[in-house]
Amino acid sequence: MKLGLRVSQIAKTYNGNDVLKDCSFSFEKPGIYVLTGANGCGKSTFLRICSLLEPPDSGEVIYSDEKGAVPRDTALKRRITLVLPKIGLFNKTVFRNISYGLLVRGIRGREAAARVERVLEFVGLGHKKDQNARTLSSGEAQRVGIARALVVEPDILFLDEPTASIDRKNTEIIETIIQQVKVDGKSIVVMTTHDPAQAERLADFRMMMHDGKILQEIIS
Amino acid sequence: MFLAESFRKAFSLIVHLDAELIGIIILSLQVSGSALILATLLGLPLAAFLGFKRFPLRDVCISTLHTFMGLPPVVVGLFVYLLLSRSGPLGFFALLYTPTAMIIAQTILSFPIVTSLSHSAIVSVDPIIRQASQTLGATPVQVSLNIISEARYGIMSAVMAGFGRVTAEVGAILIVGGNIAGFTRVMTTTIALETDKGNFELALALGIILLLISLLVNSMLYYIQRKGAVGNR
Repeated sequence: MKLGLRVSQIAKTYNGNDVLKDCSFSFEKPGIYVLTGANGCGKSTFLRICSLLEPPDSGEVIYSDEKGAVPRDTALKRRITLVLPKIGLFNKTVFRNISYGLLVRGIRGREAAARVERVLEFVGLGHKKDQNARTLSSGEAQRVGIARALVVEPDILFLDEPTASIDRKNTEIIETIIQQVKVDGKSIVVMTTHDPAQAERLADFRMMMHDGKILQEIIS
Repeated sequence: MFLAESFRKAFSLIVHLDAELIGIIILSLQVSGSALILATLLGLPLAAFLGFKRFPLRDVCISTLHTFMGLPPVVVGLFVYLLLSRSGPLGFFALLYTPTAMIIAQTILSFPIVTSLSHSAIVSVDPIIRQASQTLGATPVQVSLNIISEARYGIMSAVMAGFGRVTAEVGAILIVGGNIAGFTRVMTTTIALETDKGNFELALALGIILLLISLLVNSMLYYIQRKGAVGNR
């Protein structure tokens, strides 16, 4: 059942600074939504609020599907995933990092193994599955972070600056992965980047954030 | 010459697996192992509670635990003695001068160490792990369990430190155990007694075993700390 998201007039203040002011947007059509803007303009905060990692000070974050508004519970949180800019890899093998999302959903054994193997091949890290995830390069770590999110097959995938701290080769790999995610024609990917060229390459829908507001929506 | 002869006899006791020596070592490990299991079972949930919950007097609890890490064993021994003595509040259990009394004393000694160091390990886990777990759909309980899992090397170090403390301890178990041959006589109390008697072979043999146990524990501690020291991403 397709999940959509509408944020309405959200605002957030940190230590007296208005990070977000009156932000509204709807994510309903499948595709890649790219939010651009300078560092510190509020992109990450917007994504954290959209992905329910933290609440806004005011405004609404409303998820809905064909049946109407979806209650904000664990079941909803398990239909969306955010990949943080600092991945937060667990001090475990790559395999166990990726299977974590399945484990918390009660998916174990052969089914979990098959799904992890599939997503590992998808991100090109099948040969690293038994390696401690914290010994990977930055680019590989980022791919594990994305694989960890993809394995749970989220309706909406949020990616916060997925290529900010990695080299060009890994950036290309990750951009290819992101483009492949939308191939199924059902998924919504919402990502932030400070690189306008990357936004140009990936976006189906572009947004720009400036001074805590979403200024424009450009349909690519 | 005298020293060399004592060492020769001590090694002979070890090599020939002297029955008395083995009995003392087994009892020591049983008492210290049981105390450590109890301290871990009680201390780990408290460490997690202090790590995850914010409540009034939390800082006082943590400071108290840190202070109790340096509890003098004889004071613990005295306290447990008063509790378990015939006229004490728990005297009706008749536990004084039994291995159970020694386990209670060693549990009290190791509990603050296991709890404090486990708490430190839990709060040292990078906050990003909590957020990453949340973004992957974990419930609050699952998030907490994952953080404990990430702190596992620190927790294992805490348990090892607790073990090191109780195996080397003599004051508390001497007071509450009574050093009864074949019943409450453990390595450290035997060393003290045999040295007083001038019977250095058994004392030296037990000293060597104690040092080997200490070496083993510290080697494991070093290995655990190295294994856990993988950079964060």
